[in-house]
Amino acid sequence: MFDLSDRQFWTVVHGLVLGTVFLLLFGGGLAGLWSLRPGFLTTAGVQERTRRLRIGMWAMAATAWATVITGTWIVYPWYREALAVQGDDDYAGCAGVVLPTGTCSPRDFLKSNVSGDTESWHNFGMEFKEHIAWAAPFLATAVAFIVAYYGARLIKRPWLRAATIVMFVGAFAAAAIGGFFGAFLNKIAPIV
Amino acid sequence: MTTRDGGGKGASILDAPEVDALHLDERPDGPGAAAMTAAGIGIFVTGLFTVLSEASVPIHDWLGSLEFGRGVGPLAGKTILGTLSFFASWLVLGMAWRTKELDLRRWFWIALALGVVGAVLMIPPVFQAFATE
Repeated sequence: MFDLSDRQFWTVVHGLVLGTVFLLLFGGGLAGLWSLRPGFLTTAGVQERTRRLRIGMWAMAATAWATVITGTWIVYPWYREALAVQGDDDYAGCAGVVLPTGTCSPRDFLKSNVSGDTESWHNFGMEFKEHIAWAAPFLATAVAFIVAYYGARLIKRPWLRAATIVMFVGAFAAAAIGGFFGAFLNKIAPIV
Repeated sequence: MTTRDGGGKGASILDAPEVDALHLDERPDGPGAAAMTAAGIGIFVTGLFTVLSEASVPIHDWLGSLEFGRGVGPLAGKTILGTLSFFASWLVLGMAWRTKELDLRRWFWIALALGVVGAVLMIPPVFQAFATE
């Protein structure tokens, strides 16, 4: 009942749990940062809002690190195994398959084009995702530090608050690109 | 609502009685500028090694040797170096700027430029254009 293989478990942890949590927290974080403006909150409200933002931003930073580390060091090696090569044929193990198998890794499967024109999902989608996603933890950690260090002072410093929002949106964009391609790649060439 | 100069060059400080009531101490711009610049450097270094990995076989192989037998390939080296540059630059700049009032706008634009260039270098048609046969 509810069996998951080791590989399926870590793929779910990486994408469905950590990645989704990061993307979901973004809405609350953006609303919180946006509302740090003079006259929007009472003194008690400022204290409550900044405390919640500090916790939320550090949670997002931790989630971003956990997402890229599990993705790069646990899930990605399974994706990129060279299983299909036989002699001079790099994709012999993929002949006739409709999904990745024990002789045809997801990367082999996509690059072999045995099930349609799938090569671009690797050459553009995976190649972009695996790199750009690492911008998310850098930006999210910097944002978490600024929110923790300046706290309610951001209300009086509109330029620093605006810069923080730009970095925060950048972190989301990087994670969203990773999530978008990750979801499609796992649909077209799931890790088995 | 009134503003006054302060908090470093190019940054204005708004009046906010609800914040004044908390009696918070002033904080310099330096630590904030260090954090945003470090993020830009981390992204730029990751993008730079993404290009170098395509352009040079020895660099590609060296980046791949940093995978510790995990099968990650050169992505391991690119992201390890990007992460190290992020934390190392943050540490150095944070120490150097911890009490300084800086031109926050200037350092934000520098950080943004580094981040945008680094991100562009990670776009496949861009870094693949440097590929050696």
